[in-house]
Amino acid sequence: MHVVIIGAGQVGESIAADLQHDHDVVVVENRADRADELTYALDVLTITGDGTELHTLEEAGVDEADMVLATTDDDETNIVACSTAKALAPSTFTIARIKNTKYLRTWEHDEGAFGIDLMVCTNLLTAESIVRVVGLPAARDADVFAGGRVQMAEFEIGEGSPIVDQTVEEADRFDSLTFAAIIRNGDVEVPRGDSCLLAGDRVVVIGSPHSVQTFARTIAPKESPDEAAEVVVIGGSEIGYHVCRLLEERGLSPRLVEQDHDRARTLAEHLPETLVMESDATDMGFLEREHVGDADILVSTLDSDEKNLLECLLARRLGVERTVAVIDRTSYVDLFETVGVDVGVSPREVVAEEITRFTQSGSAENVAFIESDRAEVLEVEISADSALAGKRIQDAMADLPECVVIGAITRDREFIVPRGDTELRAGDHVVVFVETAVVDEVTALL
Amino acid sequence: MSSIPILTGIADRIDRWRRRPVRVKWRASLGLVGSILVWLAVPLSFPLVLAGYYDEPLLPFLVTIAVTLGVGRWLERLSGDADLGGREAFLMVALAWLAVGLIGAIPFLVAGNGVIAHPVDALFESMSGITTTGATVLVDFSVHGRSILMWRQVIQWLGGLGVLVLAISVLSQLSIGGTQLMETEAQTQNVHKLSPHIEETARMLWSLYSAITLTCAGVLYVLNLAGVAPGMTPYNALAHALTAVATAGFSPDPGSVGAFSRAAQWTVIPFMFIGATNFILIYYFVRGDWLRPVRNEEFRYYVGVVVGTTVLMALLLLTDPSVSFPIEAKLRHATFQVVSILTTTGFATVDFNGWSPAAKHVLFLLMFLGGMAGSTTCSIKLLRWMIVLKGFRRDLFTAVHTDAVRPIRLSGTVVEEETVRDVYAYTLLSVVIFFALTAFIAVDGARASLELTEFEAMSAAAATFFNIGPAFGVAGPFGSYHPFSNATKAAMIVLMWVGRIEILPVFVLLTPAYWRS
Repeated sequence: MHVVIIGAGQVGESIAADLQHDHDVVVVENRADRADELTYALDVLTITGDGTELHTLEEAGVDEADMVLATTDDDETNIVACSTAKALAPSTFTIARIKNTKYLRTWEHDEGAFGIDLMVCTNLLTAESIVRVVGLPAARDADVFAGGRVQMAEFEIGEGSPIVDQTVEEADRFDSLTFAAIIRNGDVEVPRGDSCLLAGDRVVVIGSPHSVQTFARTIAPKESPDEAAEVVVIGGSEIGYHVCRLLEERGLSPRLVEQDHDRARTLAEHLPETLVMESDATDMGFLEREHVGDADILVSTLDSDEKNLLECLLARRLGVERTVAVIDRTSYVDLFETVGVDVGVSPREVVAEEITRFTQSGSAENVAFIESDRAEVLEVEISADSALAGKRIQDAMADLPECVVIGAITRDREFIVPRGDTELRAGDHVVVFVETAVVDEVTALL
Repeated sequence: MSSIPILTGIADRIDRWRRRPVRVKWRASLGLVGSILVWLAVPLSFPLVLAGYYDEPLLPFLVTIAVTLGVGRWLERLSGDADLGGREAFLMVALAWLAVGLIGAIPFLVAGNGVIAHPVDALFESMSGITTTGATVLVDFSVHGRSILMWRQVIQWLGGLGVLVLAISVLSQLSIGGTQLMETEAQTQNVHKLSPHIEETARMLWSLYSAITLTCAGVLYVLNLAGVAPGMTPYNALAHALTAVATAGFSPDPGSVGAFSRAAQWTVIPFMFIGATNFILIYYFVRGDWLRPVRNEEFRYYVGVVVGTTVLMALLLLTDPSVSFPIEAKLRHATFQVVSILTTTGFATVDFNGWSPAAKHVLFLLMFLGGMAGSTTCSIKLLRWMIVLKGFRRDLFTAVHTDAVRPIRLSGTVVEEETVRDVYAYTLLSVVIFFALTAFIAVDGARASLELTEFEAMSAAAATFFNIGPAFGVAGPFGSYHPFSNATKAAMIVLMWVGRIEILPVFVLLTPAYWRS
């Protein structure tokens, strides 16, 4: 596939790195030094120039490109670049990265507006992924598939958890829930019936949202969320705003702290169910006065990674049970999680994931990455000519590599628990856990 | 004198101020007032025809028509082709009510019957009419012709429509404190005016208002034909419909609505209620948007207050052994009186002077509420009270959470902080004026040996300043304001005028900055 990526920022680079081995990737970047940097770092062709200019795009071969991705930091540039690409080659699939939701609203109103086939909104996607984590506070990672009917979540098994030292068979007492993977010391293991669950292990489970919720409540009763969950959001950025809005939609009444007077007023006007407070969130007096320490979850969406780290550490010290930080620099995520942030969410990673799912070969509709990119959870529709159509799962498994787990199936929008004798049919949506090494092999088979 | 430096300084400043040009194009305002006066000849011809029909003197109306046309034309000619801006609109609003109040008194003076042959009483009655107050100085109704009594009704109906057109099409654009609220409410309804053109808006309101009035008159007359409302002749039906929908309260019968059957009394209640409902809501309701009132927070509040106080009043009457009506009558009087006072209509079905102190005090407190903004009602209005209460609740909250940012919302729409401040100021100013008037009435009443109780003085002040009409004591529902001294009546005339045009236009006119920038 010929892919043109406009903008060699972190998002562009991350996507280019994902695609470089299997596709012809051309990166358009207007800063020559940055373009050079990428030429040496990745196996891609870089072109220095303005991605909104016709001749630059022609030079990049947009007219024969299968896909054009506009991933610069500027919304308008991305929109114009996609529009221009569409004008050059109407059959090209265009994807634009957007921060401002107003363009997303326009695009949702008429998909294909601006000549864009897929619009990916950084702030909204990040907020959605934060809210998913907030909904499952014990989870380190969570994702939904099949229109919300299937949920994937990653949990760490604590010392006192009731499933510690049980085998997977013993622990598997939850309806419609599948253990997809055990991550021990950074190694991904496919669980067998006799695999033992140890304290400190992380498990990836796939199942109905309700069963995942029940599982979360069982292994971490203290952290289980309910309607009365107290959520404090620090920073009234676009991400903070969307987090509060989505939480409001779930019936929660979060608290939001914003330092800027006018922004606080605007947020208070737009978020009727949120208590907006105007203060410096690192002011200990304020945090104590407002009993922020009593909150169940604190989400920090300030504009710098360091501030978010500080905020989360402060909150932990005050007694907040869980902290979530937005981390701009993808490379910080692991570091922050090591020093005390419970969950780090990187907007760039979130966007890169979303975009990559469209660049996957085969028929994957949705992708989630586990342990950065050690493994993936894919949602695939079984086509009529698939090797698995008409087979029972236990037979199908024989054709698949070892490190694959079928986590859930939806048929006609109904959730089906995958068991050995469940027959796969054309049209089924299966959610599978796959180690990255064999993704291509699996998607080819499915 | 001029040797004293400080006085020289003041004189200099006054002189400098005098030399600054007047910035108000007052001629434009006068011109518009002139047009209003010319138009006044049209409603004046209705009692004229009536006078002819009943064989009563035509002179009072012929003279008034001549004066209004003459003065109107003269004022119209005064105006150049200056545009009407914000400042001119303030002046126009204030002068219009004053001018119509003055002209409206002429028929009473020319007819020369009863107490309103005296200029102060004639002006009181006329101003009470055009401001839809409904406070009367009449003592003996029988000495007045039917045409004169109908003129009182017509002038009230005009006052009700006038303020409505003003509120929805003119004042909402001037952003003066309270009326700015209309904007806020209008935004929640997604309309600023009903149409982009003021004239079109005025015409829509005119039609709606007329239709509701005619419906009310029709229903009352049909009840008469059906035999359940004796006395509701076409004359009486129309007379009461005119002042019910205008939430004004004059009646050509000394017994007010109490002189008619209970069917007639029950019928008047919903029309008073409609009169005090935001006409934008009614407009959309009539157009088929049934749920619009329900979605409006102020309307829900309005219904809540009406139902709540009616239940309270009914309980007070039912448990009061000194009131000897049957149960249905107690419920009817409770409902009627609550709606009548709350909507600032001021009709009466019964002499509530004899009710228990608790019941009287509830009615007294209702005088401070008023109906919805954008209706014919007067007083402080529920919208302002809602903002005051929400502001108070916010203050309590922020006393605990000092960093909280909490906008005040009406029907989900945020109210600007500036508007909130204006509402506080307006409400406070209303209460201050009310107390000042109370003190004046009490002192002047004592001087004139009226033997007013403090409560009676307070109620008379509230009833006139908030444009309700009947008070307690001598000025009670079947009483008269005639016994008050001319000084008190003069003060009331001014404050009825000030109260009707929502205080601020008058106060704006009194600031030097208004005249010379």
